Amino acid sequence: MDAVARPPLPRWHLPMPRSGWAALGGFCLVAFLVVPALHLLAPAGSALHLSDYAVTLGGKVMCYAIVALALDLVWGYGGILSLGHGLFFALGGYAFGMYLMRAIGREGVYQSDLPDFMVFLDWKSLPWYWRGTEHAPWALALVVLAPALVALVFGWFAFRSRIRGVYFSIITQALTLAAMLLFFRNETGFGGNNGFTDFKRILGHSITSPATRVALFALTAAALAGSLLLCRWLVSSRYGRVLTAIRDAEPRVRSLGYEPARYKLFAWTSSAALCGVAGALYVPQVGIINPSEMSPAASIEIAVWVAVGGRGTLVGPVLGAALVNLAKSWFTVAFPAFWNVFLGLLFIAVTLFLPGGLVGLWRRLTRRAEAKA
Amino acid sequence: MIEPRPPAPLPPGFAPGASVHAVRPGALDVSHRVILYLEDLTVAFDGFRALNRLTLYVEAGELRCLIGPNGAGKTTLMDVITGKTRPDSGTAFFGQSLDLTRMDEAAIAEAGIGRKFQKPTVFERHSVFDNLELAMKADRRVRGSFLARLDGEARGRIDETLRTIRLGHLARRPAGTLSHGQKQWLEIGMLLVQEPKLLLLDEPVAGMTDEERERTAELIVSLAGARSVLVVEHDMDFVARLGGKVTVLHEGAVLAEGPLEQVQRDPRVIEVYLGR
Ligand SMILES: Nc1ncnc2c1ncn2[C@@H]1O[C@H](COP(=O)(O)OP(=O)(O)OP(=O)(O)O)[C@@H](O)[C@H]1O
Ligand SMILES: [Mg+2]
Repeated sequence: MDAVARPPLPRWHLPMPRSGWAALGGFCLVAFLVVPALHLLAPAGSALHLSDYAVTLGGKVMCYAIVALALDLVWGYGGILSLGHGLFFALGGYAFGMYLMRAIGREGVYQSDLPDFMVFLDWKSLPWYWRGTEHAPWALALVVLAPALVALVFGWFAFRSRIRGVYFSIITQALTLAAMLLFFRNETGFGGNNGFTDFKRILGHSITSPATRVALFALTAAALAGSLLLCRWLVSSRYGRVLTAIRDAEPRVRSLGYEPARYKLFAWTSSAALCGVAGALYVPQVGIINPSEMSPAASIEIAVWVAVGGRGTLVGPVLGAALVNLAKSWFTVAFPAFWNVFLGLLFIAVTLFLPGGLVGLWRRLTRRAEAKA
Repeated sequence: MIEPRPPAPLPPGFAPGASVHAVRPGALDVSHRVILYLEDLTVAFDGFRALNRLTLYVEAGELRCLIGPNGAGKTTLMDVITGKTRPDSGTAFFGQSLDLTRMDEAAIAEAGIGRKFQKPTVFERHSVFDNLELAMKADRRVRGSFLARLDGEARGRIDETLRTIRLGHLARRPAGTLSHGQKQWLEIGMLLVQEPKLLLLDEPVAGMTDEERERTAELIVSLAGARSVLVVEHDMDFVARLGGKVTVLHEGAVLAEGPLEQVQRDPRVIEVYLGR
């Protein structure tokens, strides 16, 4: 069967213009060559040296960017605003955190085979759901499976009952809040409010060595680039066109014979899986995972990143996650008390004045310039 | 009270039951040249008869206009044909073999009846081309949608439809930038790519400019022949422009049927329209 070229579309309609490919190439160059070189080769103390802090911050921000992209897939392209994506991120983080806890072995405070918090609770053996987590491949499978399964079950009920709009958003908030309260409890078996921390090794390598740090950074960059390409492929396929049609006029799509619930469920579940991957990359770099990642505020923050960058675009959420988080790391040092106020104001301002986010603003300006020329 | 009319005469040269042909179950069979058989249809809402023993036949390839005062039952009739409303009594057949009263809306659409509602709903942010592609007959499942590509035949059908609805030069434009009339044509195009055998158009020129009306008339006339078209319209000039047979509905039943000039001279029709 011969693929016939689609008619060329106006530039702003394409999911990724040529300049986007150039930017992606530049990003890979920096992430895979420049950053490792500056961190490993440039001597500490020289002006060129990239500090531990900078590398970790970069890795962390890229994890957030993956989450923002995942949310944009369902919100920007599918019209489903989730205010509970932090849950999927945290589930991925906890899944890989289980492996990291097991990898500590007997080097913990109590020198037991069990993680320290279980010894503290006087547990004699691992709960069933910890079984096999000492094997990295199983833990990595859980990273994807756990959030995807939760999303699949939740989404199946929600989309089949045609829960939409604000109702859906509120339920996702409730879901992540309920999960947070559950994970706060010691008996749940995930370390209560302390969560997991004090990791020692990852796949046999010291978790704090510069080489490990750079490897995790590069891996995160690869995951981000991969997620971008995956989302681009999805939204430019017929699947993507049906998904955006559902966002704009769901009853009409149904009247054409499609089943919107299935299309939404696929986007929703893939989005959750992507968040899981981001969470798994986040935990070894940041060194801790606890239930605060599931707080309703954390999930709202993700939506702010997407709104600031520009939903319904691919580069927008990445940009939004980066800018807002870099601002946050400066803000929380300079004016720690005012970060939440600033975030709230930012959200209001973007909603009122920049509905297309920064990318929308950029497009408006360039189109105006083109029109003048 | 009006006497129920006898069934319209069958096409000339046709003897019932004379032809021998294989009937494929579930497929449209118009071997007797009639595509729609509506007989003795009654639809009552809380005792009020929106359709009252209505009998109507539409031939394959025919262009038929349905007129009648407000509340005559025109929209209700379309609802029955598309399966949205179930008749209380009477029969509705699509061709020889398809019993519309036993099929659900999706099955009826699948069998080849396309309906355009009054309010156009196109996907505003999708291009005209993409609107047609989304509407085209194809695998609707998620699984097939990732790698779906338009083959040459499908592409050809879209191009042909674009030419028919005269939006070829706007194929790449987002549908939201079209005028009201153009959106209506695009919606007709979205029906055409589904290859219906019977098109139902409810007030297709409402809200259009004179020029758009004229072009819509040309479009509808060009559509008949390859398929049957049933048009509901209030505007008599437009009905006259379409030509074709006219059926006048009144209080849920057929009051008169024939060419427009003949129907307009019918004293019962004059009374209904003047007595309003
Ligand atoms: N769902 C319903 N429940 C009760 N009455 C209804 C319903 N649908 C239609 N009717 C009534 O049935 C009658 C026929 O309505 P219908 O919409 O078919 O008329 P119409 O010929 O399309 O009129 P118009 O020219 O105004 O569009 C009207 O009196 C209407 O009030
Ligand atoms: Mg009506």
